[in-house]
Amino acid sequence: MLAEKTQPDEVMRSGHLACPGCGHAIGVRMVLKALGNRAVVVVVPSCVAVISGPFPNAAFGLPVFHSAFEIAAPTAAGISRALKIQGKGDIPVLAFAGDGGTFDIGLQSLSGAADRNEDFIYVCMDNEAYMNTGIQVSSATPQFAWTGTSPAGNTRRKKQIMEIMAAHRIPYAATASIGFPEDLMNKVKRAREIQGTRFIHILSPCPTGWKMGEDMSPVAAAAAVETNIFPLYEILDGIHYKLNYQSRNLPVEKYLMIQGRFRHLKPQQIEAVQAETDRLWKGLIRRVGIESC
Amino acid sequence: MKRFLSGNDAVAEAVRLCRTQLVAAYPITPQTPIYERLSEWEAKDELGGEMMRTESEHSAMAACLSASLTGIRTFTATSSQGLALMHEMLHFAAGCRTSVVMANVNRTLAAPWAFWSDQTDSLSQRDTGWIQIYCEDGQEALDSVIQAFRLAEKVLLPCMVILEAHYISHFMEPVDVPDQALVDSFVPKVDLPRRFDLDNPGYVMPTVNQKQFMEFKRLSQEAMELSLEVIEGIDREFAAVFGRGYGIIDSVNTEDADLVLVTTASITSTARIAVARLREKGLKIGLVKIRLFRPFPVQALRDVLDKAPRIAVIDRNISIGREGIFCSELKAALVHSPVKKRIQGYLAGLGGVDVDVELLERIVMDCLERKEVLDGPVWMMEE
Repeated sequence: MLAEKTQPDEVMRSGHLACPGCGHAIGVRMVLKALGNRAVVVVVPSCVAVISGPFPNAAFGLPVFHSAFEIAAPTAAGISRALKIQGKGDIPVLAFAGDGGTFDIGLQSLSGAADRNEDFIYVCMDNEAYMNTGIQVSSATPQFAWTGTSPAGNTRRKKQIMEIMAAHRIPYAATASIGFPEDLMNKVKRAREIQGTRFIHILSPCPTGWKMGEDMSPVAAAAAVETNIFPLYEILDGIHYKLNYQSRNLPVEKYLMIQGRFRHLKPQQIEAVQAETDRLWKGLIRRVGIESC
Repeated sequence: MKRFLSGNDAVAEAVRLCRTQLVAAYPITPQTPIYERLSEWEAKDELGGEMMRTESEHSAMAACLSASLTGIRTFTATSSQGLALMHEMLHFAAGCRTSVVMANVNRTLAAPWAFWSDQTDSLSQRDTGWIQIYCEDGQEALDSVIQAFRLAEKVLLPCMVILEAHYISHFMEPVDVPDQALVDSFVPKVDLPRRFDLDNPGYVMPTVNQKQFMEFKRLSQEAMELSLEVIEGIDREFAAVFGRGYGIIDSVNTEDADLVLVTTASITSTARIAVARLREKGLKIGLVKIRLFRPFPVQALRDVLDKAPRIAVIDRNISIGREGIFCSELKAALVHSPVKKRIQGYLAGLGGVDVDVELLERIVMDCLERKEVLDGPVWMMEE
């Protein structure tokens, strides 16, 4: 109650169930603060659904529905349609899903809802593995990263979810990082003003799964941006790319070496990550450039 | 007004008459004509509600249940593989105490692939917590959908109205489509709980502990048991308003019967003729149709079957490794009846094989002449 009195614009309350130092606790708090408490939130099995509290407790100060794993998008769509039918179309609906619930098991239903341009904000809280079940590889896990089911290092590269969402020609897609709070919250506010399917991809470090100290989540999130591993950008209508932050172009090693999940990497693997990062970065710059010409 | 309609069209008419606000659906044979008809009306601005054309049945049920929790009237229709794909969400829709109404057109579940009538798809959803109503013809399908909305919104449990592939879904017959005003008087305006109230925020379906889980299930069971009475009441009221009622079971000539045939769905229509013919021949045969499957009408069945010396149950479905599912359910319901060793199960019409009067007569003669009933089923294959 003290937190509510001193910080009246906070929607997330203290007493949530996140692990110490969890990036999601920071990210979800920022998203909800920017969204405001006049909204309906959907959560699906993921760390967010744990953080939000067990019955009869609730850490979020707005109506929350905990739906099934692979259906964050159609669940939000159902609520959004129903609210409009009830004449309450001004109430935003926001769905939180993890990387597994977005990149893997929920991709089909997300694609369907995005194709229909259903009216909701979809926030992917990406901690790059199935952390809720104890660190298993997902298609959002970066190449070479250790997880419990990729003990020798992930063989696949991270799926380019933003390109997939852009291909749906949705009105708004953006990346955001808990290392850049103002940018993150501005994107939620911008998304709130747009109609249709809005997708925000938030990189949110997991100290437990990434094998780092509890104070490292914001540092790692910022390093991902500064090394161009996770650039901050927006895509409007699937075609207009806008870069939101000019990074310091740090070598990827600065990001990889602060995390235990990459500690086993050999020099040539680090080089491979650098090459892939450079390739994707050039591709992004090209898209941004073409649109700004 | 009487019109010449298929069962699918009859269902669509009922959905429109009930002023359904959101229909989320996905195509699958043989349900698709329901989806098409509703879409046509939406395009002509004659539906009243709106359609959501999802990318799967799983998402259709996800949208229906979340919209129902928001407080609006929702409907979907499916069959077979689509229903199986929905399975997870069926548990969810019931566990959340939503009021989603669904029409399922009974169709074979693969493998092997087929497209004909078979009840195993919906019976496989027995334990999901949905009310299940099995319809005998197109008229009953239309009427049951109207009853289902009243029922689901009263007891806060989702309701499945089941019609068979082709025999009902595509067969055309005269169907009385009631006046809008009459349906409006029977199905009130939506007044569902609105679970996402901004002024009274709460957490819908958070994680619960062991004891809480068990308590939630007990409450669902209690609601299902109470719904038995509600269903009977709604059907009686329906009969008073529309001049037709169905009961939760229907029984014909059971009082003096030496043998009672137990049927469901479209096979019942044929059985009515078979029983009448056998009566003409002097055989005392009765007939019981099970219309309601969940909640299972145990007392109603005991009332008419407790004293029957012999019972033949006909199943167009199978639980592989046991027998026909209605037969197992009936045996369990009658386990405390005074007469023992008298129920014989028959598997007939699986995969849409036609069950005609002659086949039903063969079943009756087999059961009458049988020295001892078997624990397992008798397969009624073509002779």
